[in-house]
Amino acid sequence: MADFAQTLMTALAIGSLYALIALGYTMVYGILKFINFAHSDIVVLGAWVSYTLANKILPMLGLNPHNPETAPPLWVGALILLSAMVACGLLGFAIERLAYKPLRRAPRLNVLITAIGVSLLLQNIGQLNYVFGASPQKMPALMPNIDLLRLSLPSGDGYRDVVIGLVDVMIFATSAVLMLVLEYLVFRTKLGTAMRAVSFSTDNASLMGIPVDRVVSFTFVLGSSLAAAAGFLYVMKYPGLNQPAHSIWVLLGLKAFVAAVIGGIGNVRGAVLGGFVIAFVEQFGAFYISSNYRDVYVFALLIIILLVRPTGLLGSPVREKV
Amino acid sequence: MSLLSVNDLWVSYGAIQALRGISLRVEPGEIVTLIGGNGAGKSTTLRTISGLLQPRSGEIQFQGQAIQGRAPHHIVTSGLIQVPEGRGIFANLTVDENLQLGAFTRSDRVAIRKDRERALELFPRVRERLKQLAGTLSGGEQQMLAIARALLARPKLLMLDEPSLGLAPQIVQTIFQVIREINREGTTILLVEQNASMALQVAHRAYVIEVGEMIMDGPAAELAASDEVRKAYLGAH
Repeated sequence: MADFAQTLMTALAIGSLYALIALGYTMVYGILKFINFAHSDIVVLGAWVSYTLANKILPMLGLNPHNPETAPPLWVGALILLSAMVACGLLGFAIERLAYKPLRRAPRLNVLITAIGVSLLLQNIGQLNYVFGASPQKMPALMPNIDLLRLSLPSGDGYRDVVIGLVDVMIFATSAVLMLVLEYLVFRTKLGTAMRAVSFSTDNASLMGIPVDRVVSFTFVLGSSLAAAAGFLYVMKYPGLNQPAHSIWVLLGLKAFVAAVIGGIGNVRGAVLGGFVIAFVEQFGAFYISSNYRDVYVFALLIIILLVRPTGLLGSPVREKV
Repeated sequence: MSLLSVNDLWVSYGAIQALRGISLRVEPGEIVTLIGGNGAGKSTTLRTISGLLQPRSGEIQFQGQAIQGRAPHHIVTSGLIQVPEGRGIFANLTVDENLQLGAFTRSDRVAIRKDRERALELFPRVRERLKQLAGTLSGGEQQMLAIARALLARPKLLMLDEPSLGLAPQIVQTIFQVIREINREGTTILLVEQNASMALQVAHRAYVIEVGEMIMDGPAAELAASDEVRKAYLGAH
């Protein structure tokens, strides 16, 4: 019981991170029909920008970034989160303009290869000494490590404490707010309707007077800022900040991509669902079976879904031609 | 001044010449039809006028302004609206959302609501399905939705690409009646059709296109009576 509750908490926090990243993959795929392999690197940059800002801002407030006991007020974290989102949003805009837009009419494989190129470029620029450097760092704590709730639940013969920490709750709450904003934007606004129209057919959308290029740019800004938020929240939970080209980031991006595929690539609600599904499979599998195989569960689930329901949980079958 | 005039338009897909110097004009208030067989270049003509394809050479003037090379969404803003082949419905959106997109470039809410009412009066079946996903509509209903949606853009020139394609004869009749009515209310129409007999009945003037070249043009009634057109397009022997 206690173990179950604790695993559930972790799965909810990790799941919201996967969901935030998966949204970027799925939105870009929905509109341009290619996998933006550079998306996971935006998450990394979001994390590193947050780290850099924290190290600049905390000393200004007279706080020592290396002392975890002195957490700053919550607005500092909010400010850093927003700045990272804006920075990565702009970067996403620039990447689309410079790397992908010239290839709008090129075969999809060319765009895919370009995305891999952009990904390598970002990783290696990030590792330059005068950018972020190639050594791991420790992210300063931006929230006090408070236990919001401590429950004693039965576990085996006795009782064990289950802790609901502020960080986990903040991760879940922040993600939930961002996803609700996105849901509203995509399904309730004129711009969102235009995005969905472009994802169905660019040509027909432009015949409605929709400026397709602007919609594509907006999609990249949106996806990249969500990725930045995920990067920020990730280092809140795991402050050991790995260098930009570290394989752990690749794995994080890959799992989020799997989440998008499992939910039904191109489907915004599917990406959120997929994010939570793989986090649950990963966390519960790791706890109840063996944590050595935590990655295996995720990819095994992917294989099963691809066999049983290739369009993903919420994906619709390939569009019929009239 | 012609509402639309196309002059010596050349368009190619890679090495394939799709249009070889075609010219046509549409006067305000007319229904003009462009007829021709499969692959003759009818859709290519419309897609080039709408800005979806770039001509290799030639000139397209709408209301006296050269529009070739402009982005499709700019051309839409000037009142040149196309209902594409296959109707161009967004199947993943509701019927209502499809209609909203018709008025995407407009912000005059009151006038949009009025135009929407009028479009739904013309197509009562679309009104019954407003909340449904557009992909669940029948072919005929989709065509009605496509035309209704185009009307919400307040077209000065409405270009229809094969509105009768794949529809039951009765529905084709309905659609052509509405086309006449829209025209009577003042909208100029350029109609591309393979169904030459229907098209020649509603149109004032007609052009015949064959493998990328205009081979005939004139008043629709005259063309309908000519031996050449009757043999090639009306199934007469």
